[in-house]
Amino acid sequence: MILILEQLLNGLQYGVMLFLLAAGLTLIFGIMGVINLAHGSLYMVGAYAGTWVATATGSYWLGLPAALAAAALTGFAIEALVIRRLYARDHLDQVLATFALILTFNQLIILGFGRQPVFTLMPEAFAVSIELLPGLFYPPYRLLIIATGLVVALGLYLLINRTKIGMLVRAGATNRDMVRALGVDIRLLYTIVFGLGALLAGLAGYMAGPISAVQVGMGEQILLATFVVVVVGGVGSIKGAFVAGLMLGIIDTMLRAFLPGLLRHVMPASEADALGIGIASMGIYLLMALVLLVRPKGLFAAGA
Amino acid sequence: MQKTLIVVGLIVLLLVPTLTDLAGQPALLSLVTRILIYSIAAASLNFILGYGGMVSFGHAAFFGVGGYVVGILFVHHGSGEPLLGFIPGSNQLLVTLPLAVIVAGAFAGLVGALSLRTSGVQFIMITLAFAQMLYFLFVSLKTYGGEDGIIIRRSNELFGLDMRDKAVMYYVILVVWAGFFVLLWRLIQSSFGTVIKGIRQNERRMAALGFAPYRYKLYAFVLAGAGAGLAGALMANFLRFTSPDMLHWSKSGELMIMVILGGVGSFFGPILGAGAFLVLESFLAGWSEHWPLALGLILLVVVLGTKGGLGGLIGKLAAWATRGRT
Repeated sequence: MILILEQLLNGLQYGVMLFLLAAGLTLIFGIMGVINLAHGSLYMVGAYAGTWVATATGSYWLGLPAALAAAALTGFAIEALVIRRLYARDHLDQVLATFALILTFNQLIILGFGRQPVFTLMPEAFAVSIELLPGLFYPPYRLLIIATGLVVALGLYLLINRTKIGMLVRAGATNRDMVRALGVDIRLLYTIVFGLGALLAGLAGYMAGPISAVQVGMGEQILLATFVVVVVGGVGSIKGAFVAGLMLGIIDTMLRAFLPGLLRHVMPASEADALGIGIASMGIYLLMALVLLVRPKGLFAAGA
Repeated sequence: MQKTLIVVGLIVLLLVPTLTDLAGQPALLSLVTRILIYSIAAASLNFILGYGGMVSFGHAAFFGVGGYVVGILFVHHGSGEPLLGFIPGSNQLLVTLPLAVIVAGAFAGLVGALSLRTSGVQFIMITLAFAQMLYFLFVSLKTYGGEDGIIIRRSNELFGLDMRDKAVMYYVILVVWAGFFVLLWRLIQSSFGTVIKGIRQNERRMAALGFAPYRYKLYAFVLAGAGAGLAGALMANFLRFTSPDMLHWSKSGELMIMVILGGVGSFFGPILGAGAFLVLESFLAGWSEHWPLALGLILLVVVLGTKGGLGGLIGKLAAWATRGRT
């Protein structure tokens, strides 16, 4: 029981992480119609910049603004130099151009920091496990991530549903051309949305650092899962990203934690481990295929 | 004009082993062999992507299936134990190659039947999802090497030819390659090919004309999968190795890059694209370990700067050159 609760919290933490990435990606998808494979690179840039500053200054909290600033600035640069030219192109060109961005960013990071994972700092106040329930010890840093994710979700909800920019974002996700026809400066809106997405990706990357390794390719690993979240949740829907993010985060973590153990009852341990991890890795993709077969536009598609 | 070019190209391809031998560059021969194999996979992707307008981001799955058919049959041929208890292993190219094509085509039928119910972004992602599932499946199959893949100690046999000889292997692959492209040419020119092109232009119009788009798209998807399976089976024989890397999503990306480099929806584009990509890769890799950086930048320029890939770029340069002269 304790183990299940612990894994549930781990799943929640992973789900929150997926949500932070998926929120930006789904807006970029839904509003600009751009498939941005380089979103994972922003995640990586945030992690590296933040960790670098944190190690240099010795303070985790000083790394945070650095991560956010680096990711946002990189996001603005990508938008101005590359993405802006892709708005009118078909998906194929977008996939290819942003795939090229991944190659470029990965190599730039290798040139700057090498191939080895970078050492990360953990904020001291959150380093020691606390007892949540009798017998359930849990690292508070993960709780911090969950809390941050929920706060961001609330903030986004208010931003999208209560502000003028949010109204334009919603309108843009539903019908881009109509918003443009009404005389809205769509370009500025695009830049804001892209910057916001980059900021959230940087935040997620920096916070993921102490839990998973900060290394080249960290972006691609989580990128595919994020895309699954976006598609399952419905393109352009923050609510969908939130629900699908938490759902898939928990399912993925649970499968990884318990499937090998279950399979060991029916086959030798070494094979059970390999097969269990393999099937667990397939889990979210299988779920996406199932969801798309029932609802081809995802669970909460905007404008559907 | 085009006919002369094709004849000259074929003569050059026939002479490649002799030429590389004379030049003392055996590495070049294997580079050309890889270009031939990849151009089959890229051309099959181009058939659905360029002619049919279906952006599949999981094409490497069928490539990998083709490779694994050869690998798995070899394993069972070596151990003498039939697969699933009744399918005997084989090391005969005349058995493994058609089987790889059939299995990859059947798998494409399954993936296509489900994926083609969606379109746009969802189609891109669901094809990627199926490829990822298969990737993780092969990673977790310890019986067939898991992450390390299968080492095929000896290439498949064919009429007692010495398949260890790189030149013999090259000619075998060249014959298959030529056959594939002749068939592809006839397919594209056929009424079926015309329907596929029509569906890309306007699906509703084709439906109104009485062609059920879903069924035609599915047939095209199956054929494309079978083509990639053929390429994968050849690759497994050539490298004497298959691994989950063959199905990795970045491999699907590479195939897409080849198609786009060569020019989407042009018949010779994939050959040009595969050639450009692999030559660029081996050239840059020899120059610096950070070659993906250069590749990334070059790709960006090609995608942002040209419409219609290398073919379009050459056309543009030619136009620019003639304008400069007058």
